Amino acid sequence: MAAPGKIDALSQFQLHPMLGELGQMGFSQSTLMMVVAAALTLMLLGLGMRPRAMVPGRLQAAAEMLYEFTYNMCVETIGHEGRRFFPFVFTLFLFILFGNLLGVFPYFFAFTSHIAVTLALTLVVMVITTIVGVATHKLHFLSYFVPQGVPKLLLPLLVPIEILSYLSRIISLSVRLFANMMAGHVMLEVFGAFVIMLGGAGLLGLLPAGLALGINTILIGFEILVAVLQAYVFAILTCIYLHDAVHLH
Amino acid sequence: MNKNQGDRAAFEERLRTARQRQGLDPRPQPPGPDAADSSPSALAVGFKVSVELVSALVVACAIGWGLDRLFGTRPWFLIGFVPLGGAAGVLNVWRMFAPGKPAPRPADRTDHPPPPAGH
Repeated sequence: MAAPGKIDALSQFQLHPMLGELGQMGFSQSTLMMVVAAALTLMLLGLGMRPRAMVPGRLQAAAEMLYEFTYNMCVETIGHEGRRFFPFVFTLFLFILFGNLLGVFPYFFAFTSHIAVTLALTLVVMVITTIVGVATHKLHFLSYFVPQGVPKLLLPLLVPIEILSYLSRIISLSVRLFANMMAGHVMLEVFGAFVIMLGGAGLLGLLPAGLALGINTILIGFEILVAVLQAYVFAILTCIYLHDAVHLH
Repeated sequence: MNKNQGDRAAFEERLRTARQRQGLDPRPQPPGPDAADSSPSALAVGFKVSVELVSALVVACAIGWGLDRLFGTRPWFLIGFVPLGGAAGVLNVWRMFAPGKPAPRPADRTDHPPPPAGH
């Protein structure tokens, strides 16, 4: 809260340099959260799979469930070739999932609420998708942009539209994740500010303040849902794009 | 003729109940809250559609503006690309709701193997 009586919902997304020298090089809380997300992912999988028990414990069961869930998603969406792309999709899914979920905790930061991060992830996906398409089909990949069953006369108009539609995935994929995460955190901040403002307004404000607190409690649950769902949506869309690149249509 | 049809209907009815009893057919679900649960909320669909529409336009504007800057032909590329971007946005939305193609949901994909490699 910058000033009392004003809702400052966006300053939570400001980056602050951290860790002295490293901070001067651009190490912010967002970067720190990325490191934490990567470390948690490695820990979950590394420690979880250490017992290699036939009957898994809780951590191993969680790791196995995540693995099998993503594996099935890859194979069902992309097809037989999906196994080749499983490591990529799994990494992406876990990184985004942990990034989203870490943001739910107080004092933590959801790095996926910055479009710079989601755009970078999306660009990685799109570049890899295009490389896969070109590597699989060579120049034949260009036929992806030629819709079937239309008169030749219309092609000069339709091919640019198809290319634009392909390129627009970059924006839609990144904006979807970023907007969902940012909107959720802005809402939390706004209702949190309501609690403080109404709670400080005297006896009459106590009831609405409690109401706002209740809404915030529900919103936290909703945020967890959105965090998991958006990570899943990002992963499955990556799978669908890879499927398109491998199979062309 | 009439009796024949009546027999047939009765047989179909008995066959259906028997299959349901054996668990071969799923029970007919009442199209009530369950159907509403499985489909995404109107807000989510609206958000998705708007993102698809706008993103194509944004890309088109960026390309048009960039080409204009490159060749110094402002505003002609921009003018050309904006309608194309709008069309691409509509195409994106059409792909989302296109009939014939199952929606990209894993639940739908389990019984349909992905289409064979075509070109």
